[in-house]
Amino acid sequence: MNKHIMPKLDRRAFVIGTAAAGAGLAIGLDIPFGGPQVVRAADGSPEVNVWVVIRPDNTTVIRVARSEMGQGTLTGLAQLVAEELECDWSKVVTEYPTPGQSVARKRAWGDFSTGGSRGIRTSQEYVRKGGATARIMLVQAAANEWKVPVTECTAANSVITHTPSGKTTTYGAVVEAAAKLTPPADADVKLKDPKDWKIAGKGVKRLDTVDKTTGAMIYGADVKLPGMLNAAIKDAPVFGSKLKSYDEAKIAGMKGVKKVVKVGDSAVAVVADTWWHAKTALDAMTIVWDEGENAKVSSESIAKWLAEGLDNNQPAFIGNQNGDAKAAIGSAVKKVEAVYNYPYQNHATMEPLNATAVYTADKCEVWCGTQNGEAAFAAAMEASGLPAEKCEVHKLILGGGFGRRGMTDYVRQAVLIAKEMPGTPVKLLWSREEDMAQGKFHPVTQCKLTGAFDADNNLTALHVRLSGQSILYTVRPAALVNGMDPAAFQGLSPSGDAAIGYAVPNLLVEHSMRNPHVPPGFWRGVNVNQNAIYMECFMDELAHSVGQDPVEFRRKLMSKHPKHLAVLNAVAEKIGWGKPAPQGVYRGIAQVMGYGSYVAGAAEISVTEGSKIKVHRIVASTDPGYVVNPAQVERQIAGSFVYGLSALFYGGCTVKDGKMEQTNFDTYNSMRIAEMPKVECVMVPSGGFWGGVGEPTIGVAAPAVLNAYFAATGKRIRSVPLRDQNITFA
Amino acid sequence: MANLTINGKTINVDVDNDTPLLWAIRENVGLTGTKYGCGIAQCGACTVHIDGVAMRSCGVTVSEAVGKQITTIEGLATGGALHKVQQAWIANDVPQCGYCQSGMIMAVAALLKEKPKPTDKDIDEAITNICRCGTFQQVRAAIHEAASA
Repeated sequence: MNKHIMPKLDRRAFVIGTAAAGAGLAIGLDIPFGGPQVVRAADGSPEVNVWVVIRPDNTTVIRVARSEMGQGTLTGLAQLVAEELECDWSKVVTEYPTPGQSVARKRAWGDFSTGGSRGIRTSQEYVRKGGATARIMLVQAAANEWKVPVTECTAANSVITHTPSGKTTTYGAVVEAAAKLTPPADADVKLKDPKDWKIAGKGVKRLDTVDKTTGAMIYGADVKLPGMLNAAIKDAPVFGSKLKSYDEAKIAGMKGVKKVVKVGDSAVAVVADTWWHAKTALDAMTIVWDEGENAKVSSESIAKWLAEGLDNNQPAFIGNQNGDAKAAIGSAVKKVEAVYNYPYQNHATMEPLNATAVYTADKCEVWCGTQNGEAAFAAAMEASGLPAEKCEVHKLILGGGFGRRGMTDYVRQAVLIAKEMPGTPVKLLWSREEDMAQGKFHPVTQCKLTGAFDADNNLTALHVRLSGQSILYTVRPAALVNGMDPAAFQGLSPSGDAAIGYAVPNLLVEHSMRNPHVPPGFWRGVNVNQNAIYMECFMDELAHSVGQDPVEFRRKLMSKHPKHLAVLNAVAEKIGWGKPAPQGVYRGIAQVMGYGSYVAGAAEISVTEGSKIKVHRIVASTDPGYVVNPAQVERQIAGSFVYGLSALFYGGCTVKDGKMEQTNFDTYNSMRIAEMPKVECVMVPSGGFWGGVGEPTIGVAAPAVLNAYFAATGKRIRSVPLRDQNITFA
Repeated sequence: MANLTINGKTINVDVDNDTPLLWAIRENVGLTGTKYGCGIAQCGACTVHIDGVAMRSCGVTVSEAVGKQITTIEGLATGGALHKVQQAWIANDVPQCGYCQSGMIMAVAALLKEKPKPTDKDIDEAITNICRCGTFQQVRAAIHEAASA
């Protein structure tokens, strides 16, 4: 499902129309054989290239293929294009190309996938080149018109100036001519040095704010199509089990009900005039499930199985190794050992999952919020059985993603339902209860850590033994390496995107893979979440075990990892590490690398009655290489703490009788404003690389608070969530 | 059938009396700025004003709302000008995904009517909406800005 799709298409002119409200786009495609030909947007304005459309009034339409789910990528990518384009930022609007258009144009917009904090970092170069290429063509068109050397012309704010004569023209005036030019060779497109940025690198306002304050923004759940019906669905609550029977007759006469549809072999949906009628009828219908063996699984049985994986005699994949950790531990003067665990988590996006589909034998169209337009497109093709040229996906702004909307289960369901009612648009909306039951859960793991010291209290060995679920095993098995899940070692890897920040003479990091029946998924921060808790809390334990300051202890191990160390130092300095904290306030600190970025965080907390935590202050530092929009990076950092601390305090999904026990925000709570202090950000972009910002910081949120809790109470917490231990916010 | 007064207009909706007001607003009236998040009055995404008081419309039935003045996010602006809370939201670039923000803004607008200069403690007690993106820092700043507007 996640494989890239590149079906063969007839090279012919065709028009894809979008009927939906919202962020759709219509392009008249005219793709001929041979030379440059003007491609026009729906309003007739010419494309300079696939990224840039200029309207006669100088409005610049910037195309963004990645999805906007709150993280600000829509604005950030537009800033990068605009920076190179030298257009008037105040006249920039954005547009989503559709996956169908991209397929028809040989994947002109590249990857649509928006996860792994990749939205900006993996497309920044080609979108900047798109902007620069368009600028070169626009300036060339002006030079041609004036019959002057192009080297005498400059562009700024959508205005082209012939410097010797002082003549000026606008992008809007020359765009028709520019669109007919042959684009410059790639080698002739030079990008600016980021230090010269004027629009990128600045905390400009988001482009999508106003509609989000007036109720006008159309999310997937808000789609309205003529004649549309609404569907509510229940999938088998015991994962992997089947639908046995349902009592359709019982709801036949209920108000608004149009049809009951079996969806695949595990789900049933009720289609009605309104969603409220559909849900009411669905809840009234008796459904019997064929639950099978998985109904015997519980959180306890999973925990027992994972605990067995902590035994060194059990098989495990080695993810990082130097020296001989086991031997060094065996002969150590002093040894410290601890076992941690991290539970399942649900994404719980504010907007429950939904998709709207209309199917006929000739066309299948889907409207949805998705983190991966191409994967949604592939799901529409597969579920409809129609070829690429008969499918289309119209992306809408997401009411949260956090990784969940990178999956396409809800798209597939919507198409299967619509297929039973050809010609009638059907909007499938999950209830919050369905959303909680049918998550793609942050995987469950345990970890045993063993550290060894010599007589001088130097750390000589570290053994990190992970036991638990692999996401890739289920979601992307082709990405396994000889059966090993490399992503399981996020934050602990020898090198790359998520490298460990400590040099230990003897190191062993291994993973005993155990995959329970609960479907896993990429959940903001993914495996950095638990790995950073394990490593950073244990580093704190090791430091205290030899009476050393936790920051000083880390620094001694970090001399070969200057970027990790720099963010740790930045946070330590800002929070006042080593200086007295306010009366009754205690500090904790953590650092990790993930998604190509280096992050650290520190928390100041107080604890009353041993169990009520007040977080007074958070300081966070990040080095993502380059910062495209500092205001949005700050928001991602602060938001990472809200998401990470919500999971630490209130989260945790538990399995009973093979299904999830949590059903809604009353049993899976989320932080409120009263619980969240101000987050002070220290950005230290060091340049030379591009890291992500949406996810890495979540890794330091929990360990910073847990280490502060130890400082305050002397009690070490090694199990998440805190609610299980009756610890909560003050 | 019920007559609802929403944003100053009386609208006849053909729904059962026990239909949650949220769904009458979204599906029968067609105003989709009011969001469904939980259906059990936990998250606040569906917050509207009923006779000026912030209420979670998923927990109010249509029959309970009859005869009352209902204001949704679409009716918050008056005379062509955005409400000062909306303006402060724009000035502070508050929303991330934005899905919870209609409810957040409605809750804040009601708070400011009751307490024109809320303290941080007032905000903590009155604003209990869930925001999974974590916009709280900007929400707090924007409330204070709106209060001083």
